[in-house]
Amino acid sequence: MKRYLLLLVGVVAVLVSGACSKGGSSAIKVGVIAELTGDMPAVGESCKKAAQLAVKQANDAGGIEVAGKKFPLELFIEDNAGKADQSAAAAQKLITQQKVHAIVGPNATRYALPASEIAESSKVVLITPWSTNPKTTLDARSNAPKKHVFRACFIDPFQGRVLAKFALETLRARKAAVLFDVASEYNKGIAEIFRETFEQTGGKIVAFETYTTNDKDFSGQMTKIKNAAPDVIFLPNYYSEIPLQIQQAKRLGITVPFVGSDSWGSQELLKLCGDACEGYYFSTNYAADAATPAATKFIEDFKGAYGSVPDDVAALTYDSFGLLAQALKTAKQLERGAIRDALARIPLYEGVTGNMQFREGSGDPVKSAVIVKITGGKFKYFATANP
Amino acid sequence: MTYLLQQFLNALQVGSIYALIALGYTLVYGILTMINFAHGDLFMIGAFCCFLSVAFLGLPFLPTLLLSMCGVALLGVLIERFAYRPLRQAPRVSAIITALGVGLFLENFTLALSPYPQQIPPLLDNRMWTLFGVSLSSLQIFIIVLSLLLMFLLDLLVRRTMVGMAMRAISWDKTVAPLMGVPVNAVISLTFAVGTGLGGAAGVLYGLAYPVIDPYMGVMVGWKAFISAVVGGIGNIRGAMIGGYILGAVEIMVVAFFPSTYRDFVAFVLLLVLLIFRPQGILGKPQQQKV
Repeated sequence: MKRYLLLLVGVVAVLVSGACSKGGSSAIKVGVIAELTGDMPAVGESCKKAAQLAVKQANDAGGIEVAGKKFPLELFIEDNAGKADQSAAAAQKLITQQKVHAIVGPNATRYALPASEIAESSKVVLITPWSTNPKTTLDARSNAPKKHVFRACFIDPFQGRVLAKFALETLRARKAAVLFDVASEYNKGIAEIFRETFEQTGGKIVAFETYTTNDKDFSGQMTKIKNAAPDVIFLPNYYSEIPLQIQQAKRLGITVPFVGSDSWGSQELLKLCGDACEGYYFSTNYAADAATPAATKFIEDFKGAYGSVPDDVAALTYDSFGLLAQALKTAKQLERGAIRDALARIPLYEGVTGNMQFREGSGDPVKSAVIVKITGGKFKYFATANP
Repeated sequence: MTYLLQQFLNALQVGSIYALIALGYTLVYGILTMINFAHGDLFMIGAFCCFLSVAFLGLPFLPTLLLSMCGVALLGVLIERFAYRPLRQAPRVSAIITALGVGLFLENFTLALSPYPQQIPPLLDNRMWTLFGVSLSSLQIFIIVLSLLLMFLLDLLVRRTMVGMAMRAISWDKTVAPLMGVPVNAVISLTFAVGTGLGGAAGVLYGLAYPVIDPYMGVMVGWKAFISAVVGGIGNIRGAMIGGYILGAVEIMVVAFFPSTYRDFVAFVLLLVLLIFRPQGILGKPQQQKV
């Protein structure tokens, strides 16, 4: 008899606990996948810091109101170790184990792509702050936009066109050379669009050279580029590789200007480059010195919390959380599908990196780009390019 | 013509570094018939020693080079003593797995200290000259000359000294050598010190030429140096040097005359073809099957 009683108690306990965990969560769970180790730890670190700042600010304000009830934010941070497979594994873990409502990150396209596949098939919103390759938000087979993948930055075709026009019109270059990492989606995509636009607009690409990730010697390619005598050299590569590329070019006697893409925009670049990168240009989502009131407030808060100027990854991560917060406020309930619908319908979001809204049925925001010039060891605002 | 000369210089620089690292593989193989797969990561440690010595101790070039070589050599000896020696009688596969494990340990240990790429502050004044349209940098010439000097010294050590004779004796026959009074363990330790020390020197030179360093830098370079050693005939010292220069030249010349995307593809197909016709490598002796 006693034994049956015990069994009964056990069954009731299981039922009660099961019912509790099913009855809606008490917090908004947001997962972050960041490149904390691997080949771009500065990117992951910025992303993590901005995410923690955004969550702290939201929770200090009492949380976010969803359908009339306030919920605090709960943050789950995963390291993808700068690996594609670990990005997918991290997304899987966040979705199935932590049961997050939405994911922010990964940042680089080669990690965002695999994670976005998992998010899309699990019907969980994923906002990548920094992945600019068009493929990230498109279905690989049908080429239709993914339903659950969004981003906070502009896309490469836009950036490639802006840079090609900048080289032609502002730098008055007629002949351009390109050196890019052929093993990386981001670099390859942007290099191809640059070539297309540059040639269509009357310029000539005199060298289109490649290398593979982790190469350190570019002397063969740079000698070839020097031999082709370009007016400008385009390097759409990550910040850790740019210093070596520019230093080696200079050692070979190359003196023409270099132009890069938003992957240059880490403060680490300035540290690694010394004065070798002085006077060169790149396009990015925001310039800390040409900030709007919203951006100024974010920059001050970030400096207050971490003592450093936020880079574009930090600003875009913060905007990803901003987008998510705005979507949550208009969502009908705290549920993955409802969050997705609200996010897609955001009328206008005024973010740190400018105003943005999503194109009908697409996860790509419409927003402008800025050109930054490296001057006196700092990133200085140079020009704005509108869509 | 100037284009070809310039590319030739580039190839010499890349080849020098491959050759220096390849020597480490070949020395260890020659004496233990074991491939030290941690060697590429020891090379990385050499570059990090150089970074620490310059950035934190502010030492000039020569002390930095000596410190890094000694540091890496000491590490090499310790690895041999505690990771490889207990496995000397074990199946060859176990030793290889251990070596891979040691390599991964070194990578992740450095990664745990700091995952950020580091910049080595400029150590030497870099001057540039233009000679018949070819750009020469003092750094490039320095790297090539110093590598050749180190290789020359190693060649002297192995061919002209008692220690070298002991190394060659062990490599010739590990069972008979101790009967002739050769202190096997001491000589093996010394060989490790010399081989890894050269890897450390390569790390410093590499850090001078490519001053942005990270914990994974030794992986690809290590593989390429290993391939150089195999192409030259693993176990043969002059072969490793030749192999390093051949691989450097093939890589740079493929970039010079083909689209650069084909670099690794063409380079490795050429090496495969070479190995099909000379499986023992360029200077290696054909292996005799023991019955």
